[in-house]
Amino acid sequence: MNPGPGTARDFDAIIVGSGPGGSAAALALTETGRSVLVVEKGRNHLIDLDDPRRLIQRYSNDEIKFGPRHFLGPDPIVEPRTFRISEADGDRVFVGEVNSVPATVGGGAVHADGKVPRFLEEDFRLLSERGPVEGAEVVDWPLCYDDLEPFYEQAEGLIGVSGAAGSNPFAAPRSAPYPMPPGPAMYVARLTSAAAERAGLHPYPAPTAANSVPYGGRPACNNCGFCSFFGCPIHAKGDPVAMLQRALLSGRAQIWPETCATRVVIEHGRATGVELLDQAGRRWVEPAASVVVAAGAIETPRLLLLSGVEHPLLGRYAMFHFQTYVAGHFPQRLHVHRGRAVTHVHDDHLVSDLASRAAAAAAGLPWIRGGMVEHAGASLPIEEAKLYPWGSGHGASMAASPMRDHLGALVMQGEDLPQSGNRVDLDPAVRDARGLPVARVTYGPHRHELAASDHYSGILTEVLKGAGAEWTVTATSPMPATPLTPYGDLISPIPASRHVMGTARMGRDPADAVCDPWGRLFAAPNVLVADSSVFPTSAGYGPTLTIVALALRNAAAFSAGT
Amino acid sequence: MPVFLTDEEYTILTSVCSRLIPSEDGPGATEAGVVDYIDTLLGAFSYDPPRIWAAGPYSGRHGGDPGFAEFLTLSPLEELAWRSRIEGSLGLAEREVNGPVVGLQQRYREGVAALGSGFPELSPSEQDAALHAHAEFAALVFEHACEGMYGAPEYGGNRDLVGWRLIDFAGDVQPRGYTDAEVSEP
Repeated sequence: MNPGPGTARDFDAIIVGSGPGGSAAALALTETGRSVLVVEKGRNHLIDLDDPRRLIQRYSNDEIKFGPRHFLGPDPIVEPRTFRISEADGDRVFVGEVNSVPATVGGGAVHADGKVPRFLEEDFRLLSERGPVEGAEVVDWPLCYDDLEPFYEQAEGLIGVSGAAGSNPFAAPRSAPYPMPPGPAMYVARLTSAAAERAGLHPYPAPTAANSVPYGGRPACNNCGFCSFFGCPIHAKGDPVAMLQRALLSGRAQIWPETCATRVVIEHGRATGVELLDQAGRRWVEPAASVVVAAGAIETPRLLLLSGVEHPLLGRYAMFHFQTYVAGHFPQRLHVHRGRAVTHVHDDHLVSDLASRAAAAAAGLPWIRGGMVEHAGASLPIEEAKLYPWGSGHGASMAASPMRDHLGALVMQGEDLPQSGNRVDLDPAVRDARGLPVARVTYGPHRHELAASDHYSGILTEVLKGAGAEWTVTATSPMPATPLTPYGDLISPIPASRHVMGTARMGRDPADAVCDPWGRLFAAPNVLVADSSVFPTSAGYGPTLTIVALALRNAAAFSAGT
Repeated sequence: MPVFLTDEEYTILTSVCSRLIPSEDGPGATEAGVVDYIDTLLGAFSYDPPRIWAAGPYSGRHGGDPGFAEFLTLSPLEELAWRSRIEGSLGLAEREVNGPVVGLQQRYREGVAALGSGFPELSPSEQDAALHAHAEFAALVFEHACEGMYGAPEYGGNRDLVGWRLIDFAGDVQPRGYTDAEVSEP
């Protein structure tokens, strides 16, 4: 777990969180000669800390373990969050699981199915390219794509990404091909991507952090299908394991699992250490010359608020992606449970065109922007079984499988505009098992997201019909709230994306941003925020690769003291 | 022998499960032993390690060693969570940070008692009416019945893989996986 309180451990940096951001920061810091301690509140099921070349094998194709039984944590009974749509809801309307990513060594990357696209050039310049939107704080990033490109390339090499350079006509320029070719296309994605092409769209093999060939000492993916929300039993997924292994093998890094950071100790604008609490109940301050916070865009602002960091924007501009699901029922079986969950995507709905401009104008908006669309389906039988009503016919429904084996889906990760009222703060009453106030999420979509979802869901419906779907159904996450809102359900007014961004945005001016253009807290410049909390806008892409690239860039600069 | 339920509760709950997922043209909850899945969950801490998470990485059904037969130990925080969920808070301060928690054991005990010892003798339509009258309990049992019907058999249900056979699902396929052709072709 950890050696407990001690003396003479002068870490150059303590990194809070071992997910993609914390792992990338650990690597960048150790490679520049720094000593680091990574503290992770969750358990270690990933890597043998005594022999980092060896990987632990506790992940499995087990829906009970990874679904209803929270194997990767956090368990909402002991680490809940709370939710409300707006202040008009009162203190909260829900206590439980709110957009949780795993609390375990490796963080969110352990359960992700590893879609790791780069952002477009426009994603860094949304205000300049598209202009302001009333009710949102659209801004440019304080860096551009070209600044990040070398770090995207490094990130793709480290985690191992399979893909086909040149296959996406909208992609920003790349300086190198993908490290691996794409894996096999899933049958459903062959149907839907062919139909998308016939509709004039541009599907391409999804850039995927799963090995298509042996890479980094880990085997090729064997298509078991337990991908989204599962740890990989054979470690074919490019979670942060390669970065953590390299950092540990440098001899300059330690990882302490089951050790929770409860406060960053900040005195006179400088961090001097981190207060830790472990599972034996020991609480102490571990000193360090600097601190990196990479706990995810909900837990990072929570920790900074618990640490007394004062900035009017800290916790604000929480973004989740507005997800649009269009599902179609196909006459034939699609066996979506084979393969790596999503093998094709298309980016057309991130790009302004005549139809989207007309839809924006009709909605009274200056523009709308969708997101990357994943060609996917449903794969898990327990989840399916819970969808059909109990009683006579349940077995027949499962055998016929209209909601799983015949279902193809297109899922759009829609751009979610930053709004000041969407925020993470400390719940005034609800505590975790450690006795600390939990994170409260206040979130409601901007009408931009609703208008974009409306417009693009029509296009996606036509694609599915063109692929052979007999009927289709559309849903969104978050769904609109109703008086009978099912807050605990899979689809509810609580965003389900597991893409969380924006709660400590970076920018050039401390009046407009919590972090500077290099991810350092304006309030304490020896604190680096190295996760998606710093994203000024959400883009329409999963955040993981950009988290890693940005953490590599910013941690290297942090180490150099720029 | 059930590990948590009494023999009478076991009999009543078996009847409940057989209405939630009936045996009709194919096997249902009875053949899958769904009640044993529920009893194993409720009595998880009668075992050491507790029967919460099967270890893995493989079951042995598609190669490799039968690692699902072993269960993983819990950390103190995980044990706190699972004891709270199953046993309830029982007035213990560390389980009542946000107030009392009613455990699954109590919900099952009270739910079964409310249906009464005569439940197995009712006609199917009377049983359905009783379950609709106790909708919250029926929803709880149904959730677990789905897990016991279509989850890995090491958790006590899906006996002889009847659930997976019904839906032609291979279940956990590591370390074999699927071939590229099985992924890409119809």
